Amino acid sequence: MTINYSKKVKEHFMHPKNVGEIKNADGVGQVGNPVCGDVMFVYIKVRKRKIKSKIKSKIKKEKAEEEYIKDIKFKTMGCAAAIATSSIITELAKNKSLEEAEKINRNDVAESLDGLPPIKMHCSNLAADALHDAISNYRIKKLKGK
Amino acid sequence: MAGKKIIYLDNAATTAVDEKVVGAMRPYFNKVYGNASSIHMLGQEAGKTLEKSGNEIAKAIGAEAGEIIFTSGGTESNNLVIKGLAYANPDKKHIIITRIEHDCVLNACKWLQSINQEYKVTYLDVDNEGFINTKELEDAIRPDTFLVSVIHGNNEIGTIQDLTAIGKICRNRGVYFHSDACQSFTKVNINVKKMNIDLLTINSHKIHGPKGVGALYIRNGIKLNPLLHGGGQEKGIRSGTENIPGIAGFAEAVKIAMKNQIKDTVKMAKLRDNLIKGLEKTPGTKLNGPIGEKRLCNNVNITFSAIEGESILGYLDKEGICVSTGSACSSRTLEPSHVLLAIGLKPENAHGSIRFSLSKYTTDAEINKVIKTVPKVVGVLRKMSPYNVHNLYRDKK
Repeated sequence: MTINYSKKVKEHFMHPKNVGEIKNADGVGQVGNPVCGDVMFVYIKVRKRKIKSKIKSKIKKEKAEEEYIKDIKFKTMGCAAAIATSSIITELAKNKSLEEAEKINRNDVAESLDGLPPIKMHCSNLAADALHDAISNYRIKKLKGK
Repeated sequence: MAGKKIIYLDNAATTAVDEKVVGAMRPYFNKVYGNASSIHMLGQEAGKTLEKSGNEIAKAIGAEAGEIIFTSGGTESNNLVIKGLAYANPDKKHIIITRIEHDCVLNACKWLQSINQEYKVTYLDVDNEGFINTKELEDAIRPDTFLVSVIHGNNEIGTIQDLTAIGKICRNRGVYFHSDACQSFTKVNINVKKMNIDLLTINSHKIHGPKGVGALYIRNGIKLNPLLHGGGQEKGIRSGTENIPGIAGFAEAVKIAMKNQIKDTVKMAKLRDNLIKGLEKTPGTKLNGPIGEKRLCNNVNITFSAIEGESILGYLDKEGICVSTGSACSSRTLEPSHVLLAIGLKPENAHGSIRFSLSKYTTDAEINKVIKTVPKVVGVLRKMSPYNVHNLYRDKK
């Protein structure tokens, strides 16, 4: 291949995880532009669960709940880096609370893939943005719903 | 990669060196290793090979012996024409080229402009198949035009320009006419005298010769300023000890290609057309460039809608199929191919383009394998794509 990708990038490019759409998704994120060659759609299903963390004991008997990403899928048109980052973000975000998922940034994505070629860091590393867009789409929908 | 059979369809990038060419080069590494400028017998023998090789190449393009100088390749020859002619004609400041030239022509012109803002470059538009309009060329010639440079066979979309028509105009108007014939050389007949070509760039590694050697035909009487100054080799235009093994290999490659020209080009054109027919069966595809005789016999360039070229390339690579793409994602500049944009492709279609370039070694079985594999790869990527396959973006031209 023309660009020197890490083994992990190649793995996710050739065998991407969680490809597809979620019908009636709770949130949909979209980033990129076909003119630039990379477009990503991220679909999330959000559910509530009891908080498992240590904080729970401090809150005592009060019911503590959080929203988390129960399911996540992607559809991407783009280069190997665009596909690989889309795939890895679905793995990074799945089962994370929305607050945790919102903290995932471009560097986390690149690191999880054992790095991206410098030229791809900027143009094709859009997956974190797509995820954040999906979460904010969910939050807006929820606000409007109320 | 070990043990895997490779189907190499990137021959417009470079070709495999013919075994006979390797054989022809061998003695010049460690038997006849003299410097062609030396007076002793090893030098004289190298000098004879240099002369013989020049003659072989001159013959192939209808030039006279002595009108060929050897360079390091197409890039150097094209740079030498543009810069060398500019410096030799300092009173003239206008160049005409096309929008679909190779980067080395485009960037050599840009460099000239960067050192002297008086230089003006006219870029001739092309139609949706990549052809220039000769009327437009005629209108663009000015009193201070010193050069018209038009690529013969386009490296990306295979368009073959009518050099005879262009040559006639340039000769009548008294401007030098150069053509970059790296892709077309030995595939399309070229006669520099009949076509009124003043300067012609050709190279070796596109025709199963070694890399690092090319040539420039310079019509007798045309003065060029050298890019390299030194011992005065190659009539003082290109100093530096001649690359005799490379030059001998280049000449051998030309000899073989010219001997088998009809057989090889007919075979490649047939396989090219089979490949086009086979690939066009996949929905959402479009051939870029012309069809038939006005297309290089070894070039196929196809846009696949809703997906991106680097990805297609990556999946085909995994299947052992080597191709190239006009997508921005695979270029150093992150810009889609200027050639595809010039023929009116929208950037989103240029991103999804793949070039398959054949050689004399390409077989029926290989083409059939490619025709079977491409739809699978395209299908996998389209399943990932958010866009509708049948919705090929409408192009501008």
